[in-house]
Amino acid sequence: MSARGLLPIAVVVGLLALIPLGVSANTVLNFLVFTLIIAIAAQGWNILGGYGGQFSFGHAAFFGTGAYATAMLQVHLGLNSWIAFAIGIGAGAAVGLVIGFLSFRSGLRGSYFALITLAFAEVLRIVANASAATGGAAGILIKLDVRPTNFQFHSRAAFFWIALAIVAVVLVVTRWLEHSRFGAQLIAVRENEDAARALGVDVLRVKLGAIILSAAVTASAGCLYAQYFLYLDSTIAYGVWISVEALLAPIVGGIGTVFGPLIGALALHGLGNLTSQMAGRIPGIDLVVYGALLVLAIAFAPKGLLGLVKRLRTRVTRRAIAGPG
Amino acid sequence: MLAVERVTKRFGGLVAVNEASLTAPQGRITGLIGPNGAGKTTLFAVIAGFEAPTAGRVLLDGADITAEPVHRRALRGIARTFQIVQPFAGLTVRENIAVGAHLRHRARRDALAKAEAVAWQVGLGDMLDRQADSLTVAGRKRLELGRALATMPRLLLLDEVLAGLNPSEIRDMIPVVRAICESGVTILMVEHVMQAVMSLCEHIYVLAEGLIIAEGPPDAVSRDPRVIEAYLGHGAATRSRSRETSHA
Repeated sequence: MSARGLLPIAVVVGLLALIPLGVSANTVLNFLVFTLIIAIAAQGWNILGGYGGQFSFGHAAFFGTGAYATAMLQVHLGLNSWIAFAIGIGAGAAVGLVIGFLSFRSGLRGSYFALITLAFAEVLRIVANASAATGGAAGILIKLDVRPTNFQFHSRAAFFWIALAIVAVVLVVTRWLEHSRFGAQLIAVRENEDAARALGVDVLRVKLGAIILSAAVTASAGCLYAQYFLYLDSTIAYGVWISVEALLAPIVGGIGTVFGPLIGALALHGLGNLTSQMAGRIPGIDLVVYGALLVLAIAFAPKGLLGLVKRLRTRVTRRAIAGPG
Repeated sequence: MLAVERVTKRFGGLVAVNEASLTAPQGRITGLIGPNGAGKTTLFAVIAGFEAPTAGRVLLDGADITAEPVHRRALRGIARTFQIVQPFAGLTVRENIAVGAHLRHRARRDALAKAEAVAWQVGLGDMLDRQADSLTVAGRKRLELGRALATMPRLLLLDEVLAGLNPSEIRDMIPVVRAICESGVTILMVEHVMQAVMSLCEHIYVLAEGLIIAEGPPDAVSRDPRVIEAYLGHGAATRSRSRETSHA
């Protein structure tokens, strides 16, 4: 990978990392950490959906598994938080492998794949809601014990930087994906499965690799969520909300691009937050904004905000070349 | 190199290919012709691994590959083009061909370099950065060919690469195919454009209603009464022969 490819990532991450130095208001940092968690979940979705063309409606399955694994390993087994965090990511990846194997091996594509992932996430939600190990409907609490070795910090800024570090790692991974054989094969599968097969691409293997990577990334968002809020129940962990957030951000920001999910998450939550503050306490007003944004994105910017910027820029340069008049 | 032994493919009650056998000898261009609906594309799909035959075997250099998945066959050196072109529409010409090149080039840089070389070989050298869906039909056919070539095949299956091209485009394409063969790649081609088949192929198989009804060198096959009947209908051969004698 060339240094030139990594430079934009370094700049963006560097600028974001400065925010806590200037802003210390807890509400702002809260908002930012939450948005970054969404961004990570969305980055995970983007690997499978954006680059692989496999639209999942059930990324909650990975988010929730990561979150529950992190929480349960600490609560029931007394495991160290950092180790639990790592295992949580692995657990999410494993669920990705199972769901991927079952659905891709039977050749499910398009809306069938979307529906089956939705079904898997819902089954997990119901199981988590009924099982004793997950705390059932009452949910599960991670014991408050603020120590860095416990992955708990007094300062929200610390969480912000950790979340940002994960975002950065995934940005680099995504960038690598764009310049690797695996990525080229994954994009080929998205564009045309039969043609990819004819060129020697092992379609099942490529899809499985993508869903495992995708699930691991989204699971890390879940782990972080659990560690930050220290509380989970089944509608948080396996709820449809996170599946929707994970796919909405890349679609709005720019599907199948490195920065799309991050930009989408920041735009959606920034705007959502702004409107709920301006519109006062109308419940669900941010959801109305999401819906409107989604419609606008699909109608006017099918390649997301990044695609829109690119299109406007080429139009401006073209006009500049054509000269006035 | 390639041997197809008594391959049968049934779709429910329909027998698309019926005990068809053929061979494609090393370093030659072998043709497969036949009227519409004869089962050519199905037979092709069986050879490439997209369809499993109901009965029969497909051998590559003596190894039975009948049960091997498509991507394994590609590794062995079989590449195919599609009759209905299947470009990766959103990618550039270079990126399209690089997907094929990645089969034998792990590093992105090597694959892109290989893609560029192949693009020049098939006459797309000055369109490397064009998006695939902006190409003309002729360009897309060349792209199909380029992608397949980039996998560095030993056996190339061409499914009507000339169909849909105008006469001058066909004239441009024929030397490209011949050059590929001369570089040592064995070719089996399904083709409707008789002019091309006549000038390129040394040996032709004729498939009609799922059966191989004739084989031989192109000029002999084109005079075969069974072939003429298959194309033009029952009695056509005798009618055309009597017309020839009456003219003489």
